[in-house]
Amino acid sequence: MAFTATINKAPTAIPTELARGRGGGGPAPKRTVVAYGFWIFILGDMVMFSALFAAFAVLRSNTAGGPTGAELFDLRSVFIETMCLLLSSYTCGLGALSAERRKPSRFLLFGVATFVLGSAFLVIEATEFARMVEMGAGPSRSAFLSAFFTLVGMHGVHVTGGLIALIYLAAQAIAMGLQPAVLRRLLCWSLFWHALDIVWVGVFTLVYLMGDFR
Amino acid sequence: MTDGHDRVFDDRTPGVEEREPTASYLSYTVGLGLAIVATIASFVVSQTSLLWAPGIPVGLIVLAFAQIGVHLVFFLHLGSGPDSTNNILALAFGVLIVFLVITGSVWIIANLSSNMTPM
Repeated sequence: MAFTATINKAPTAIPTELARGRGGGGPAPKRTVVAYGFWIFILGDMVMFSALFAAFAVLRSNTAGGPTGAELFDLRSVFIETMCLLLSSYTCGLGALSAERRKPSRFLLFGVATFVLGSAFLVIEATEFARMVEMGAGPSRSAFLSAFFTLVGMHGVHVTGGLIALIYLAAQAIAMGLQPAVLRRLLCWSLFWHALDIVWVGVFTLVYLMGDFR
Repeated sequence: MTDGHDRVFDDRTPGVEEREPTASYLSYTVGLGLAIVATIASFVVSQTSLLWAPGIPVGLIVLAFAQIGVHLVFFLHLGSGPDSTNNILALAFGVLIVFLVITGSVWIIANLSSNMTPM
């Protein structure tokens, strides 16, 4: 009796010297370890993006007589894009929270909202790319446009991959239920999605806003 | 089982899931509100003469860092708790590398192009 009472006690307010992950209090729970490993992957991905950001920052003024960012970008659609991705990050967080609290229907609802908002982001971006290529401002026009399409396109590829992974995870959640392994994958996915939104903050600041007023 | 409260934390097998103190709907909503404010501020600052023109890039960078901070705290839940310690250290290293790659490239290439013979 005393045994179960001890086990079921929620670990609230752990003293720092007993907290796990600092050598004291035993090994960290698998959830924390898995999230840490995935966090390392995300940071590696950020380092890759930093190389693309550096290339864009270096090449942004090399337009080779072609159109500049100020002539090409439509900030209204960039703003709508940004809001779509931000809201999808929000619904993703709420979905992960609902899954953790074992509310499957609410989780699916937020999952669908995340998917719709992420797809809207991709559609707006693809439309913009198509419009630019049609104007003769494709990736082969100038070094500035090569760097632009590489950086923004790489972010778009990540978003596409995230949406595919979301379908896969939703199918797993339906087929296997919200069991611990599925919840860990969902946690990693939400980390990935939030990280993509952080990269987008860098993109709209450096590429679109700083490119437009110059 | 009875030799003080520290044993409570020792007795769990690694891999056994447990209830964790997690974020609430409220923290996500607060984060969303702050992020929207920062985003709108960025777009307004870049399109109006609210800021002194040469200060606009600095303002935009400050707003971007503020928004990234909001995302890290309210969406990714990086806090001061013991579970976050390792994540924060890894993040600090990642930020260092990102900073070196971006500013290093810009600095070197700017120096290189200012030393080019005029065409």
